[in-house]
Amino acid sequence: MTASRLLRHETILGVLTVIALIVLASLSDKFFTAENLLNQGRLMSEVGLVALAMTFVIVTGGIDLSVGSILGLTAILLGVFWKNLGLPLPAAMVLALACGTFAGWVNGLIITRFRVPPLIATLATLALYRGLAEGISEARSVRGYPEWFFFFGQGEVLGVPFQLWVLGLATIVAAVILGLTPFGRATYAIGANETAARFSGIRVDAVKLWIYTGAGFCSALAAVIFVSRVTTTRSDMGTGLELDVITGVVLGGTSIFGGRGTIIGTVLGLILIQALKNGLALSGVKGDGTIVVIGLVLIGAILAGALFDRNRGG
Amino acid sequence: MTALSAHPGRSALHRFIGGYGQEIVVLLSIVALFVVVGIINPRFLSDTNINSIFAGNAYIAIAAIGMSMVIIAGHIDVSVGALIGVIATIAGTLAVNGYPVWVAWVVPILFAMAVNAGVGALVAYTRIPSIVVTLGMLSILKGGLISITAGEWISDLPTEFMIAQMRPFGIPSAVYFMVLLTAVAALFMRYTDFGRSIYAVGGNMEAARAAGINPERTVVGVFILHGLFAGIAGILFATQLQVIQSTVPPNLELTVITASVIGGVSILGGTGTVIGSTLAAILFACIGSALIFLNVSAYWLRAVLGLLILATVLADMARRRRVT
Repeated sequence: MTASRLLRHETILGVLTVIALIVLASLSDKFFTAENLLNQGRLMSEVGLVALAMTFVIVTGGIDLSVGSILGLTAILLGVFWKNLGLPLPAAMVLALACGTFAGWVNGLIITRFRVPPLIATLATLALYRGLAEGISEARSVRGYPEWFFFFGQGEVLGVPFQLWVLGLATIVAAVILGLTPFGRATYAIGANETAARFSGIRVDAVKLWIYTGAGFCSALAAVIFVSRVTTTRSDMGTGLELDVITGVVLGGTSIFGGRGTIIGTVLGLILIQALKNGLALSGVKGDGTIVVIGLVLIGAILAGALFDRNRGG
Repeated sequence: MTALSAHPGRSALHRFIGGYGQEIVVLLSIVALFVVVGIINPRFLSDTNINSIFAGNAYIAIAAIGMSMVIIAGHIDVSVGALIGVIATIAGTLAVNGYPVWVAWVVPILFAMAVNAGVGALVAYTRIPSIVVTLGMLSILKGGLISITAGEWISDLPTEFMIAQMRPFGIPSAVYFMVLLTAVAALFMRYTDFGRSIYAVGGNMEAARAAGINPERTVVGVFILHGLFAGIAGILFATQLQVIQSTVPPNLELTVITASVIGGVSILGGTGTVIGSTLAAILFACIGSALIFLNVSAYWLRAVLGLLILATVLADMARRRRVT
C-alpha cells in the first residue's frame, strides 16, 4: 500500500519534471545543451548532497535546520586549519570534515540523549555553529588555495563535473541504504511510529544518532566542494541552505511527518527545482522571480499530492 | 484557605510555578542579567541603553505573540520574516507616495492578514503541513519582494509616518505597543472562548472537534491573528530607522520562533503563553546588549547567543522531566 502511494507521488513529480524540461527547452535553445545541463548539475551538487542526508532525517520525522551553518563552519575551519595553523591542505580537509561530522553528531546527541525536539535542537545549533564560524573567522575570508584543490569544485572526470560523480555515487549509496537495508527499514519504522519501533527492538537512538551525524558529514562534504568551486571561504556560506534542501526533499514526496519518502523522489525534486531556476533565468526571468515560482511549485505539488491522496483514500 | 495556612503558600505556589515555570525562569534571567551586568558596567543601566533594548526589539516580541499562538495551535510559520520585510516595504512605498499616514499603516496590516488567511486556509482545509505551506510562502514573498523592488532602499520617509520613533511621555511608542499587545493577547488567550479553543486544537485536534470546536475555523483564525501581529511588527520595524531596506531581514523568522519556544511554548502545541514569548524576546535583546557592554567581540555574539539558547533548552527539558 505504501509502495504504490510512494510511486504515485513520484510519478506525478516525474511527469511534472518532464513537462518543465520540455517547456523550458522550448523557451530557450540554450537550455537543452550538454554543457548547460552539466553545469546545472555542478550547481546542484552541494544542495543535493545535503538533501540526501536530509531525506533520512525527515523520514524519521525529524528535521535539521543547522545544515547551512555546519557548511559555513566547516568552510571556515578548512581555511583556518590550512592558512592560520599551517596544516597541509589535505590534512586540513580531513580535519574540517571531521569537525563538520562532529557537529552533526552533537545534534544527534542533543536530540536522542536529552530528548530535545529536533526543530528546537537544530534551531539552537543553527545559531551556535554560524556564530562559531563568525567568531573564528572574524569576518576575514581565506583565499589563495593551490591549483589542485579547485579540482573538487571545478574539475571534470570523463567530461562530467567531479562533484556530479560524488553526488551520483552518494545518491546510489543513500538509495541502497534507505531502500534495501535493515537500517533503512528502521528509519521508516521510526518515522511511522517511534514508540512501536522502540518496542519492536529497533535501536532508535543509535539509528537517529547515525542519521544526524551523516547529515553533518554530508554538509561538511558539500562545504569542501563549495569552497573549491568558489575559491574562497566566508563565514556566511550556506546561509539559508536548509530551506533549499527541505524544499527539495518535501517536493520529492517525503512526508514532513516522517515514515514516507524516497531518495529517487528527492533527486527528482532537486532536478525540478534546478531546472526551473536555470530555465527561467535563461528565458529572461530575473533571479529572484524564480524563487517565487519555486514556492508556487512547492505548494502546488504538495496540494496536488494531498488531493490525490484524499480521492484515493476516500 | 485553611489548607493554605497549614502549608503556607505551598500548593498555590506549586501550582503557580507549575503553570508559569518557564516564564518565571526567563524573568529571573532578565533580572539577574541586569543586576550582574549593571554591577560590572553601570552604563548598561543607562536610560539610553534600556530604551534601545526595549524599543529596538519590541517588533520581535510582537511578532512572537502571533507566532506563539500559531505554535500553540500546533503549527509553525517560517515565512514571518519575509512577511515583515514585505509589510515594511509596502508601508514605506505608500508613505513616500503621498498616501495618508493611516493608509500607509493600515493597508500593509490588512495585506498581512489576507496573506495569512490564505496560508491558514491551506493548512486547515487541505491538511498540508504548515511548515511546507509557509516554506513555499517564504519563497514567494522573498522572491516577489526582491524582484519588484530590486532591493532599492526607501528613504525620505515623512516624519509623521515614523510611529516607532514617537515618544509619548518620554517612552518609545514601540514599548507601549509591546506591553499593551502582550497584555491583550494574554487575556484573550486565557479568558475568551476562541483563545481557549486555540489550546484545545493544539493539544488534541480530534478531542477539540468532539467538544464542539471547529478546528479548521480556529486554525484560519489563528493565522489571521498572527497576520495582525506580524503586520503591526512590520510597521514598527519599518518606522524605527530612517530608511527601509526592501529586503527580508535575515533569520528573523528563527529569532521569532526561538523567542516563542524559549518563552515556554511547546513546539508540540497545546501549551505556552504569550507573556513567556515576550519575556524571551526581551531576554535575547538584553543578552545581545549585555555582551557588547561586557566587551565580548561582536564576532562572537551569535555563538554566545546560540550557546545560551542551547543551555536554556536543555535546562527546560530537564525541568519538564522532573515535573512530569
